[in-house]
Amino acid sequence: MTAFVFYLFAALAIASGAMVVTARNPVHSVLFLILTFFNVAGLFILLGAEFVAMIMVIVYVGAVAVLFLFVVMMLDIHAVTMREGFLKILPMGAAVALVLFAEMSLVFATWMMAPDLDAVRAAAEPPLTEMSNTEAIGSVLYTDYIYLFQMAGIVLLIGMIGSIMLTMRARVGVKRQNPHEQATRPISDCIEIKKVATGKGV
Amino acid sequence: MTIGLTHYLTVAAILFTLGVFGIFLNRKNVIIILMSIELMLLAVNINFVAFSAYLHDLVGQIFVMFVLTVAAAEAAIGLAILVAFFRNRGSIEVEDINAMKG
Repeated sequence: MTAFVFYLFAALAIASGAMVVTARNPVHSVLFLILTFFNVAGLFILLGAEFVAMIMVIVYVGAVAVLFLFVVMMLDIHAVTMREGFLKILPMGAAVALVLFAEMSLVFATWMMAPDLDAVRAAAEPPLTEMSNTEAIGSVLYTDYIYLFQMAGIVLLIGMIGSIMLTMRARVGVKRQNPHEQATRPISDCIEIKKVATGKGV
Repeated sequence: MTIGLTHYLTVAAILFTLGVFGIFLNRKNVIIILMSIELMLLAVNINFVAFSAYLHDLVGQIFVMFVLTVAAAEAAIGLAILVAFFRNRGSIEVEDINAMKG
């Protein structure tokens, strides 16, 4: 049963991954990317890493893929001209990909586990009867890796500031408040005291 | 038939290769190149989680979080650069990106 589920998720992940790079329409590419993420999350659940699987779905599908979808739909792209030279580059790309895959396969054929594996383990996984996967990850992430965790937060902050700075622009014809100008206005510009003579008006 | 570590590594290798292939294939469309990079990072994450599960070591899963963070920041910055570029040039073809050519 596990084998069947593994092959199902793996085949769907690879098929939709292939569709991401070959789809004609970028919107279809994004949708196939989402399908790939879902299938890989399924593989993670099979491996017993349910927290990572859920984070995968939330971060990738909920944030990254939707961001891609927004950008694809916002930009006016001519999908046809984008694919010029598609067939010309296909043999060379396939050759490079095959060489890369062959090299990685060579590694699979020859690697072996280190004999002193138990000694070099950095954070041994506690048994599931003792602690759930999420709890175990939290107990390692917030203690041994707290500085890295904080730095990951800084990376996200810088990413946020950077993307806001890159996409912000001063548009003409838009009226905006300038709080500094408002607060530093002298009182003589705001209020004028006039002596009004009785029965005459201003 | 039991599913071993090599099965997962093979899936990851195929996905990584597909990502590299996608960069070659869609060398004009920056959005698809960014998606291919996401595919490659996903393959790396599969390797991390597979080793973590088979070696009973949690650090692999911790590292996936950091890879995920960097991937999310990279996608946000990349797409922001793309939007800024499209606003200036009206196109996102890689071959038009030659303003800094010497």
